[in-house]
Amino acid sequence: MTDDIKISIRNLYKIFGNNPAKAMKKVRDGLSKDDLLEQTGHVLGLNDISLDMHDRKIQVVMGLSGSGKSTLIRHLNRLIDPTAGEVIVDGEDVLAMDENRLRDLRRFKMSMVFQKFALLPHRTVLENAEYGLLIQGIKEDEAGKRARHWLDRVGLSGYEDYYPGQLSGGMQQRVGLARALATDADILLMDEAFSALDPLIRMDMQGILLELQEELHKTIVFITHDLDEALRLGDNIAILRDGALIQTGDGQDIVLHPADDYIADFTREINRAKVVRLRALQKPLNGAAPAGDALADSMVLEDALEVIAGAEGHIVPVKDEHGKVTGQVHLADAVAAMHA
Amino acid sequence: MEFLTEFPSLGRKDLSALRRAIDGTFREFTRAWGETIEAIFYPLLKFLVWFEDLLLATPWPIIIVVLCGLAYAGARSWKITFGAGVCLMVIGFFGMWEDTMSTLAIISVATFLCILVGIPLGVLMARYDRAQSIITPILDVMQTIPSFVYLIPVVMLLGIGKVPGLLAVCIYALPPIVRLTNLGIRLVDKQVMEAAEAFGASYKEKLFGVQIPLALPNIFAGVNQTIMMALSMVVIASMIGVQGLGVPVLRAISNQYLALGLMNGLAIVALAIIFDRVSQTYGKRLQAYRETGHD
Repeated sequence: MTDDIKISIRNLYKIFGNNPAKAMKKVRDGLSKDDLLEQTGHVLGLNDISLDMHDRKIQVVMGLSGSGKSTLIRHLNRLIDPTAGEVIVDGEDVLAMDENRLRDLRRFKMSMVFQKFALLPHRTVLENAEYGLLIQGIKEDEAGKRARHWLDRVGLSGYEDYYPGQLSGGMQQRVGLARALATDADILLMDEAFSALDPLIRMDMQGILLELQEELHKTIVFITHDLDEALRLGDNIAILRDGALIQTGDGQDIVLHPADDYIADFTREINRAKVVRLRALQKPLNGAAPAGDALADSMVLEDALEVIAGAEGHIVPVKDEHGKVTGQVHLADAVAAMHA
Repeated sequence: MEFLTEFPSLGRKDLSALRRAIDGTFREFTRAWGETIEAIFYPLLKFLVWFEDLLLATPWPIIIVVLCGLAYAGARSWKITFGAGVCLMVIGFFGMWEDTMSTLAIISVATFLCILVGIPLGVLMARYDRAQSIITPILDVMQTIPSFVYLIPVVMLLGIGKVPGLLAVCIYALPPIVRLTNLGIRLVDKQVMEAAEAFGASYKEKLFGVQIPLALPNIFAGVNQTIMMALSMVVIASMIGVQGLGVPVLRAISNQYLALGLMNGLAIVALAIIFDRVSQTYGKRLQAYRETGHD
């Protein structure tokens, strides 16, 4: 399965300060983040991060502010250089790239959406959406055509000649999204892209992103501090704290098996019915399968609950993606899972 | 106790020897290089003379129409355009037309030169902190050293005339545009710069596509300041042979002609106000995109 890894991060460290190399030695000798700060004045931004990101999936990196998540995403296109470690994209070491190679990576392979939109205020919406294409060297009329297409896809046709300052936050971020999608890069880096938006607009934007992803199948690295958002978007979720990776897995793993109290605190407020899938609850068949139509094992509890409650004996069979019945779920287990 | 009351200074003899040595060295430098340097500035002199002759030879109504046209193109305001027209008429009516044209010529050329040199210097300062730490003190000196002091070497080197006058004006008027170009570029939103970087923009693409356009309002404030400072040098420049409104002012000082001084002084003020209003409103128009809608 290694060929399906798009981005691979290996033992990545980032130390902020005057002499990171010296501080690095101390970190390798086992100095903790707090001791490092106290003894040398250096800040350990990322601490031995290793993470594989799958092709065509949404990888969420979650953490509170100061956890290093924005630092991490900037290593992928080397807006920040690491102190030690490797970042490998499509089998190529990003850190070994010279200036031209790196520029090509940024132009053609990765594009980025920013928390505060970072649009060019002196250019119109259309010109902003064209930006990446013009940098790629694409002729203006072709770039304009493509930019219009993407503006239309994010629901902004009619606003081409406005300036970013004339639009609401949600609309500005749609421009940011169109700008990033227009370059046709395989990898989309989204740094807290929806965090600055109102909750309703945020939901709306998440919906747009998921809808686009169903069709585009890009590799998306999505940074957020919001677990709800992480669970809604992420095929895989990595949780960072104080610059260290403390848990990786899919949403259900994180909710059902939090690695420590820190994550358990996060997950307490979550509506589990939206996250837990039947796959995690099913018990082996006990002789014949129960009566009734089998439910897909990828179905979340929220959708399945009503069916289970209405089923004969409050028990339903569960089938895998090939349609084979693999187990059964009882209402009691389902209800228990919601409050565990 | 003599040590405390008398500053332990260099002896009179040593001091005068030092001064003589410096003067001698510079005089020798002047003799060796004066002509070469003059030759370098010759095209500038030709240009200045040509421009001044052009302004003087053109019939006054055309000049007024052209200037009002420029004022309107810059400010897009009938009030400012009308004001500029009236000012020019009054200046002409009081017999100061020719001097005003001479002043206009030297101010325009000086401003043009300052922009030509100043903006690249500002860009350089914004790019390299090193350049900033070297150039900033030089700008400080240029702005604060009394003009008469740098007139001495300039006159020794180039004699009396238009070019040394122009140089003196430029030395004084250059700093604001350099400073404000540097500042404007450094104030460009870091996040926007990061976005340009993330999309793979080269240094040139960032400079011309993002930094300079976004710094333009500040750069324009610098141009405005440069023009104002150039105008304030008109009288001093006239001491070393530059024609224009400064000459009658100088004559007024030495002969105590109050009315003559006042009239020519006010003409300089009128020019300054026209330039200031036009360039300021133009600068404001450049950032019109900032004022629309919400933040």
